[in-house]
Amino acid sequence: MESLLNPQAITEILTTSLRLSVPLVFAALAGVLSERSGVFNIALEGKILAGAFGAAVGAFFMNDPYSGLVVGMLFGMLAGSILAVLGVTFGVNQIVTGIAINIFVLGITAFLSRIVFGAQANTLRLPGFKAFDFPGLSSIPIIGPVLFGQDLMVYLMFACVGLVYFFLYLTPWGLAVRAVGENPAAADSAGLSVPKLRYGCVIAAGALAALGGCYLVLAQVFLFSEHMSAGKGFIALAAVILGRWNPVGAMCACLLFGFFDALQLRLQFNYQEVPHQFFLMLPYLISILALVGLVGKPRPPSAVGRHYRREAK
Amino acid sequence: MTNYKLSLENISKSFGTLKANDQVTLDVRPGTVHAVLGENGAGKSTLMNILYGLYRPDEGRILVDGQAVAIDSPRAALAAGIGMVHQHFMLVGQLTVTENIVLGMKGQGLKLDLATHVRKISELSQSFGFEIDPEAEVMKLPIGMQQRVEILKLLYHNAEVLILDEPTSVLTPNETGPFFELLERLKSAGKTIIFITHKLDEVMTIADDVTVMQDGKVMASLPKSDTDPANLARIMVGREVLFQVKRSSHASGPVVLRLADVSASNTRGLTALDQVTLEVRAGEVFGIAGVDGNGQAELAETIAGLRPVDSGRIFLSDSDITQTSISDRADKLGIAYVPEDRHRDGIVLDESVAQNMILRTYDRAPFARFGFFNPGAIRDHAERLTSAFNVRMQSVDQEIRFLSGGNQQKVILARELEGEPKVLIVAQPTKGLDVGAIEFVQQQILVQRDRGVAVLYISTELEHLLDVCDRVGVLFSGKLMDTVDSSEATPERVGLLMAGVAA
Repeated sequence: MESLLNPQAITEILTTSLRLSVPLVFAALAGVLSERSGVFNIALEGKILAGAFGAAVGAFFMNDPYSGLVVGMLFGMLAGSILAVLGVTFGVNQIVTGIAINIFVLGITAFLSRIVFGAQANTLRLPGFKAFDFPGLSSIPIIGPVLFGQDLMVYLMFACVGLVYFFLYLTPWGLAVRAVGENPAAADSAGLSVPKLRYGCVIAAGALAALGGCYLVLAQVFLFSEHMSAGKGFIALAAVILGRWNPVGAMCACLLFGFFDALQLRLQFNYQEVPHQFFLMLPYLISILALVGLVGKPRPPSAVGRHYRREAK
Repeated sequence: MTNYKLSLENISKSFGTLKANDQVTLDVRPGTVHAVLGENGAGKSTLMNILYGLYRPDEGRILVDGQAVAIDSPRAALAAGIGMVHQHFMLVGQLTVTENIVLGMKGQGLKLDLATHVRKISELSQSFGFEIDPEAEVMKLPIGMQQRVEILKLLYHNAEVLILDEPTSVLTPNETGPFFELLERLKSAGKTIIFITHKLDEVMTIADDVTVMQDGKVMASLPKSDTDPANLARIMVGREVLFQVKRSSHASGPVVLRLADVSASNTRGLTALDQVTLEVRAGEVFGIAGVDGNGQAELAETIAGLRPVDSGRIFLSDSDITQTSISDRADKLGIAYVPEDRHRDGIVLDESVAQNMILRTYDRAPFARFGFFNPGAIRDHAERLTSAFNVRMQSVDQEIRFLSGGNQQKVILARELEGEPKVLIVAQPTKGLDVGAIEFVQQQILVQRDRGVAVLYISTELEHLLDVCDRVGVLFSGKLMDTVDSSEATPERVGLLMAGVAA
């Protein structure tokens, strides 16, 4: 175990942890926002993938990562709009709608990526965001490189956590969103528009989750591959519960998952005699244990997943 | 003619073929309490939902201070100075008092300045004597306090007209007095109050004017001083109503139902009944009074066999039935049960009236033969019982969900009383029913009593209990506080017991 505990190894594990957590955090923030407004968001997975594909398309055609970011977010918002129209306006079951979006995005991105990128899909190297050092700060021992030697999107992620927190707990609109998620009839009676608030949250959540996909393409692998979201949307969903529908809590839960993912990668490398499948299980085992062993019962927003109609009697 | 605070002119609203409001006209004088009286389904709530912008009227107009206003949303209603406290509160339990009050307010800026609101709400609360902590989480407040939060919310939004929908239905008798004092204070501050109710005594206590509705129409609108309860009741129901159900006095028989030190837990595993001991005699109505949630539901369920006892014994005519199954208690021993939650425990909403009539007896002749239903017998049976109990419906094949609450209750009573039970447990049988249906239910209870049945009558409506019962026991946090003979049971005495104050 010695090789895991030297300062350089710790820095490496923590850096990897953070980088693996970033897409989860963006998606979990999306989950928090949308579920706080009362819309269950099982479509996070699809929105990450839509964002990743958009990022690749934008960066490919404009040859610029910022365009990738914009197109990625637009694609995510488009996926979010589908959920909003079906789930909020037409009252279709939100879980069924979410699953439909996941499957639809999986198919359409695989199809379109072959048309857009053709044979070069797997050899492509798209422009992306490079890590940079804050002079001085990044040479702090152990945590310096972890916190101050990252790329732009990592800082964007921390900013988003702060923004979502500020929005939910310190602004009148955030109060309105929380009310709509707990008791839409009361919010309606207070003169708020339940559909408008839910549309806003679900579409904004689309953009946030898409940022997770953008990060995969523009800061990690620099190409688009089929189903590259690989279940991250579902882990983010677990993080939302573990973090008690609080943006900071959800971020901490994602960092925890990210840490165990990084740890298992390291363990695979250090203990090659053990079948790697055992280590691969680690992050998922931890998520299950964390959810089962949670102290107290998590209490989701009361109206989550339930369609609201005023004259329903 | 323009000195009315609020006028409704010729308001009509239909839902499908049902005319919920038919040419309703209503004038409210400023600074008064105006009662809108009517049975359930008379169209009171529809009218108020129109006034509050939740429904759009098909025709008619609304005037505030003599000016016609378009009210197409709750927000527009508030802007016109009209606020409403719904029967089911429109509060978000997980938020604080202040957060609930500022919810939906315009012009807040980017950052919510809760501290300033807390201070202002605290001042407003004190000026009317509300005694509310603006930073308390709403779900942790008692119901009476939540109601004050609702009113405070309207005042904070500068509402001039307060619509209160059946406000006393959630209060204990002891809370009603202070609540009326609060209304008086609001009135002297110049507020106009529309008070929706189906309780005549409340109209006589608090109202200045009263409008009576029936079948979506205004039957009468007059100052309180020009009327009396009997007159109002006649207008409301369209016939004479007995105020004191006739109760013949006769000696009760031997003890039929006996509970000895019975304790039971509620669904969350907490103690709900704490060593309850009571006896109900043949030919006696034993009332259980208490504020909702003090063990009444668990008491009824324990006797009916739906809930196991933790300790103690239940006896029926000296034989121990503590471990007897639900169906044996009902069929072999003759324990009939009218549950509190009609829709959940009493009937199957999606089934027909006829099917609901055989919920207890569906598996035996003549309703079932060789494992098949006999539709003819089921229909005949339902026709006979519904005409005996005067159930109003289109046919016995109609889904029971389309019947009014009173008629649903009649179906349950007809089914439960059919087997000529020895013991009758009725839990909150008058909840949500109008005057006519209440009268019917209470008369049925007395008929059973005179037949020699031991009746256990659980209700949170103290007046109804005192009308019918021979003795009243009071439950408070799972304990039977005391048992009072009905001749000595004044509302004040029982009210104190309901609040947990031992005599």
